Amino acid sequence: MPILSKDESQAILKKVLSFSTADECQASLSGRTVGNIRYARNNVSTAGVSDNVSLAVEARFGKRSGVATCNQFDDATLRRCVQRAEEIARLAPEDQEYMPLLGPQQYLTPVSYATSTAAIRPDFRAQAAADSIALSSSKQLTAAGYLEDGAYFQALRNNKGLEAYQQSTGLDFSVTVRTPDGTGSGYAVADFTDATKFNAKNLTQIAADKAAGSRNAKALEPGKYTVILEPAALVSDEGLLNNLVYNFGAREADEGRSFLSKKGGGNRKGDKLFDSRISIYSDPLNAQAPGSVFDGEGLPVKRINWVEKGVVKNLYYSRYWAQKNGVEPTAFAGNFIMEGGTQSTADLIKSTAKGILVTRLWYIRDVDPQTLLYTGLTRDGTFYIENGKIKFPIKNFRFNESPVIMLNNIEAIGRPQRLGGNLVPPLKIRDFTFTSLSDAV
Amino acid sequence: MNRRDFVGLSGLATGALLLPSFPGFGGTLVDPAQLLEQVDPAVKKRLADAALNAAKSAGATYADVRIGRYLNQSIFTREKQVQNIANTESYGAGVRVIANGTWGFSATNVVTEEGLAKAAKLAVEIAKANAKVQKQPVQLAPQRGYGEVSWKTPIQQNAFEVPVKEKAELLLAANAKALENGASFVNSSLFQINEQKYFASTDGSYIDQDIHRIWPTFSATAIDRASGKFRTRDALSSPMGMGYEYMVPKAVDKIAGPSGTGLIGYKNSYDILEDATLAAQQAKAKLTAKSVTAGKYDLVLDPNHLGLTIHESIGHATELDRVLGYEANYAGTSFATLEWKAKNLPYGSKVVNIVADKTQVGSLGAVGYDDEGVKTGQWDIIKEGKLVDYQKIRDQAAIVGQDHSDGCCYAQSWQDVQFQRMANISLKPGTQKMSVDDMIKGVDKGVYIAGRGSFSIDQQRYNFQFGGTVFYAIEKGKIAGMLEDVAYQANTQEFWNSCAATCDQSDYRLFGSFFDGKGQPSQVSAVSHGSATTRFNAVNVINTARKIG
Repeated sequence: MPILSKDESQAILKKVLSFSTADECQASLSGRTVGNIRYARNNVSTAGVSDNVSLAVEARFGKRSGVATCNQFDDATLRRCVQRAEEIARLAPEDQEYMPLLGPQQYLTPVSYATSTAAIRPDFRAQAAADSIALSSSKQLTAAGYLEDGAYFQALRNNKGLEAYQQSTGLDFSVTVRTPDGTGSGYAVADFTDATKFNAKNLTQIAADKAAGSRNAKALEPGKYTVILEPAALVSDEGLLNNLVYNFGAREADEGRSFLSKKGGGNRKGDKLFDSRISIYSDPLNAQAPGSVFDGEGLPVKRINWVEKGVVKNLYYSRYWAQKNGVEPTAFAGNFIMEGGTQSTADLIKSTAKGILVTRLWYIRDVDPQTLLYTGLTRDGTFYIENGKIKFPIKNFRFNESPVIMLNNIEAIGRPQRLGGNLVPPLKIRDFTFTSLSDAV
Repeated sequence: MNRRDFVGLSGLATGALLLPSFPGFGGTLVDPAQLLEQVDPAVKKRLADAALNAAKSAGATYADVRIGRYLNQSIFTREKQVQNIANTESYGAGVRVIANGTWGFSATNVVTEEGLAKAAKLAVEIAKANAKVQKQPVQLAPQRGYGEVSWKTPIQQNAFEVPVKEKAELLLAANAKALENGASFVNSSLFQINEQKYFASTDGSYIDQDIHRIWPTFSATAIDRASGKFRTRDALSSPMGMGYEYMVPKAVDKIAGPSGTGLIGYKNSYDILEDATLAAQQAKAKLTAKSVTAGKYDLVLDPNHLGLTIHESIGHATELDRVLGYEANYAGTSFATLEWKAKNLPYGSKVVNIVADKTQVGSLGAVGYDDEGVKTGQWDIIKEGKLVDYQKIRDQAAIVGQDHSDGCCYAQSWQDVQFQRMANISLKPGTQKMSVDDMIKGVDKGVYIAGRGSFSIDQQRYNFQFGGTVFYAIEKGKIAGMLEDVAYQANTQEFWNSCAATCDQSDYRLFGSFFDGKGQPSQVSAVSHGSATTRFNAVNVINTARKIG
């Protein structure tokens, strides 16, 4: 039973705390049941399921702390786990950045769980793969895709009165469709809390259209171009916007080693660093891209503005750094939302005299943390736009660009879409810097 | 367990209840004393047989089982304090089967005969369900069973036996050296991995292996508050397939870098105190180093830099799963397709000889047998500039008309399915005697680069851009001061065809990638790349300096 209810999990945690003799004790229980299917060359390659539940106990004596974990839940094991955490705590040196455990907290009511997703069985995954493969086979194209779905829970409790519980679900799908001769490639990606919104066929159709349309790409000279970056070009495991948000740490800025460090000392909170149309915030209750209502330490997650009308409004403060600086700590938010308008990507194309449509950016690596300069390449669907229409596919480019510069060169902002648990609009940007050509398809 | 075994566990207090989540280090936190325990191979054989028999009874035509105990210890420090010490263990078993010509996989942490039999049946069930979507049945290259065999990384000192206090104090001593020599901040860490894995298959192999890896590293940052400028210089260590002996410096393992740089190359042992001292000095020097003028330069690349270029532009490009399209949705494919190979075009110049080797002592990829029970070996990938072979596993060999696997199969843990991963891919050193100073003497206008930096390459491995850790101008055959803001952009084939010379065996060293990611869900693997200092002519260098508001 990897997904425990609130009552089941709190009952275990209460028992764990009752075994503790430490000054402070906090216990966390988390579980997941995750399934996946992977296919390539229009064939299923691997598929599997994995379940797990894990308990972590932190015991503290004064400023000394110890952690132990287990994944069996009989009384003897739980008691041993608590004892081990206490034993480790007694031997540990004092933590120079010690913060007392939190007391009772008020949390928002989470909206991050859908029964449809938790109910997924292997035949659902096999059918999704079959639909995707059938569509690409029917067009003499080749699909490679990956579907992963999961149900999760997290429960926290401590001897200072803190109690927290949340369930969540998620489904992630991506597909790359290629022409058999390797001259065309297209990509589609989407993620959902509620699996009923997922349609493998429709997403594969988008990737297939891009693959077929990207055959016989022409080479353009590298240089500065107006670009329309689709959400998959802005957000990924290594995306430019993810990287921007990850670099909002107050400590690094105060220490002088961040793009948000101020010359002479301090940080750039309050400075206008971006175009006035840029607003980025986190909100666990966003219906389209919900997040966690508490973080790993039990701090409540609430809506927080990072950038408002181009001005840096907040930085991320750990509890320690917040106390040192006399400010409120920032709960670690699981998502971010960039505000946008109502235009679709198609609308943005229509209003473009000359420009480039970018489906996806890839292999993005930092080049200079001082300026947040990143490099990477376009991939799986890059097209030249002229007089409001896609004219022809073009060869992929390498870019060298900073999201800070990019968000000052805004031409238009489209309608936000969910991606990677975030909400991100397609962006039209002028003077985006492409530095070389790639023959990769 | 006593106090001296525990330094800075307090660091865990921050986010203590979030289990370690860095790549490949999933698992349960454990007491360090438990890291030295081993499971009896006789017990593992009994468990494995339960899984294999259950799979066969359920209709599998092939089955393998991996019972693994994956141990990690990592120590993180900054300046004068230990931030975190995590000891994690992950123990369980993965069963892989072929039924109705289709793969199925299931993993369990219930390591009992019943638990493994149940996992085996579930794997067969999944295989049969997916067989309905399968068009071509899996064809495995034949593999003989080895019976009961074992293999161990040839270490001199098990890093897990060294007290945590001693290891943490060494990192703090390195931090102190960096701070004394001008660093404003320094972070250091030590990663240690021990894979105790048991493989059994219906081919009749029962293979017990004990694999060790280690990686010390740090990052020293110098800050000029007045200008707001900051620069970092990372360690020039290499992750190795070694024990703690790597952390004990020996003079015989040190190779002087180019005259005028103060750099030292490390072979089979590393001097972290010496490197931290130099790192802080160089981080400070980088603040005022000359910004490079973009243009064409001859590059002289240190092995600790070139390893990553080899990894990205040859290692990944010659993985057969990428070539065939299995990684099209994520890691990508390769320009070096079967059709491209058939054209017999030059991958590189005549001095480019690339060998794949799963047996090299001290390397990260060295194992006795891979994760599908194939004995490892070495083979040529590129000979005198021509691509002659790929890296492959059992279910790929038939697709390219071969009858054997290269032993490249690996899974990051018991709960992940094994698949094709990169072997150690290395550039053979030159046969003519040549030191790095001899090489630089012949360069009129060039850049010398050491250490890994920003690296990015496209999904078919044509276009890449690499930075580095330290850069020096070469003018008229001599080192002429430090440079900054350097990155080179090239095309794989042009770059390797511009390879002019490589130093001799005495300069040969291993570079390592400890957390190389591939697959969906993504798995990490560790791999080494050996080379001697090598020269490439007329490569495009760009200037990466920018201004933001």
